[in-house]
Amino acid sequence: MSEITMVEAIRQAMDEELARDENVFVIGEDVGVRGGVFRATQGLFEKYGEDRVIDSPLAELTIVGIGIGAAVYGKRPICEIQFADFIFPAFNQIISEAAKMFYRSNGQWSVPMVIRAPYGGGIGGGLYHSQSVEAFFTQVPGLKVVIPSNPYDAKGLLKSAVRDPNPVLFFEPKKGYRLIKGEVPEDDKEYTVPIGPAKVTREGQDLTVFAYGMMHHYAMGAAEAVAKEGIDVEVVDLRTLYPVDRETILASVQKTSKALIVHEANLTGGYGAEVAATIAEWGFMNLDAPVRRLAGPDVPAVPFSHPMEEWFMINPEKIADAIRDLAAF
Amino acid sequence: MPLSRELKQEMFWIMLLSRRLDERAWVLHRQGKIAFHISGIGQEAAQVGAVYAIEKGKDWLVPYYRDLAMVIAMGMSPTEFVKSLMGKAGEPTSGARQMPSHFSLRRANVLSHSAPVATQSPHASGIGLGIKLDGGDEVVLTTIGEGATSQGEWYEAVNFAAIHNLPVIFLVENNRYAISVPQEKQMAVSSAADKACGLGLPGIEVDGTHMFEVYDAVAEAVANARQGKGPSVIEAKLYRLTPHSSDDDDRSYRTREEVEEHKKQDPLIVMKDLFIEQGLMTEEAYHELEEKAKKRVDEAIEEAIRAPYPKGKEAATPVYAEEVRNV
Repeated sequence: MSEITMVEAIRQAMDEELARDENVFVIGEDVGVRGGVFRATQGLFEKYGEDRVIDSPLAELTIVGIGIGAAVYGKRPICEIQFADFIFPAFNQIISEAAKMFYRSNGQWSVPMVIRAPYGGGIGGGLYHSQSVEAFFTQVPGLKVVIPSNPYDAKGLLKSAVRDPNPVLFFEPKKGYRLIKGEVPEDDKEYTVPIGPAKVTREGQDLTVFAYGMMHHYAMGAAEAVAKEGIDVEVVDLRTLYPVDRETILASVQKTSKALIVHEANLTGGYGAEVAATIAEWGFMNLDAPVRRLAGPDVPAVPFSHPMEEWFMINPEKIADAIRDLAAF
Repeated sequence: MPLSRELKQEMFWIMLLSRRLDERAWVLHRQGKIAFHISGIGQEAAQVGAVYAIEKGKDWLVPYYRDLAMVIAMGMSPTEFVKSLMGKAGEPTSGARQMPSHFSLRRANVLSHSAPVATQSPHASGIGLGIKLDGGDEVVLTTIGEGATSQGEWYEAVNFAAIHNLPVIFLVENNRYAISVPQEKQMAVSSAADKACGLGLPGIEVDGTHMFEVYDAVAEAVANARQGKGPSVIEAKLYRLTPHSSDDDDRSYRTREEVEEHKKQDPLIVMKDLFIEQGLMTEEAYHELEEKAKKRVDEAIEEAIRAPYPKGKEAATPVYAEEVRNV
């Protein structure tokens, strides 16, 4: 095992999948010579050449639309959208085409592709380099939506995504790219993390925090902080947002009887609403308190100026406060 | 490669069969036996001419919703088409999930398409990229109406194919109307082929009522694509002889005189006259073909009527290539 960053884990996953399967290729803006604006594809252009690490035109629907065509032909595209905020030109291709191709052709045509996109705020990126867009896609059968929170999962889940016969949206917490480090098997090129199951990442008795991506990282810190005060928090890393792992969610609520859901995307209609509804519908009899959501405020996006960005963003202190409130209920 | 006499006769047969099938769909709709029809009448010469320039079983077709004659030429049977009109089980485009004329035929490399227009164009370029990456010599023929060439998706698809020199033929079936909106309100150029010059690839305009003119133009583009000389845009000028769909009333936006004038250039009549004039077909042979087409369409309708509907619960799958949904 060696300790690496999130972005290095992602780079390694692509490197190993490119080496494993000649049908795999990467396409996106600046992924080639530049190695990606976050360096997620650094060195891949030199190693695999311009046919397998393709600098696309500055046009996101091109990246995804071309990916879909290549996928139905039999290739395994990894499409990079430079920032999740820029995914919307490709929305039609993702929703109308990638998600529905298998169903609408009664299983004749499948779209084995990955769409990677860095998401999330707290990096001074303002409205259009900070958004969390997952909820636009977690309502769409035919897609899988994955958000890793640590290098081990990032590498293992991305490798699973590349091998998955369906379109997978893979959102990467960009603030954690270099901030979050973790152990990843060095020599085991075959290790993967399955798409689907959530994971209990911290056992506890008093309440459960459900989170993913950067917010999971913060939730673990908050859980440690309140542990000193005697609050025993369970943390569940949702990891795969769609399809939903209802069993893990409900099992944890059965154990702790209280649920707090944390995400940095806007509150209303956000992914937390689905988790809350899942608990309300199938876990109601286990609840000792109302389900709580801690999420980004309902303003259009994250503002640029630092004090305003701080106001918007969820941080470990805000999570700890929400935990204290819920524990006291 | 010049077309043999037999191939030309086969092409005429596909045109005729598709026309009679298409006409009967309108009748079925008027009889209340089907819920919806969208027609390719007036576009068959271009469709058959173009599709005979690619190699069946090897090359790819990424069609749009008016391409009945193309899809018949690629091997969809009239029975299969009528089943799709009726939403019957086992029809090959979508297992009766999609509206009629949303084509797909996996066995013939005909890719599934949706209803939002121009979304198919990037797929054609993506298939072209796959072919290039694999070092193959297959080509992709993709079609679109002139209205949908207003979409960014079409420009982006053509742009990418041109940048990477991909083996894709972008055929624009310019039938003059996008539902009610005429070409003049769709583009400032006189032909979608003119758009090609701004994207760095050849743009060719042909008479879409003449099957062999279309064939020649597409065959040349296919030969270029196969030799690695890159993509082409071809516009076939033709005319939509029917309303947009069974839900449209075209009297609100074009005169009967205009439509009647274009019926004189009905590609089926133009081709029939040409075939007789060139000795490719006798009047007698033509009438035999008409009888054969009528019989084939009758049989298709009878078979489709007898076919069962899918069960409602079949709609639950297949969502994923392996089922993981919480059902």
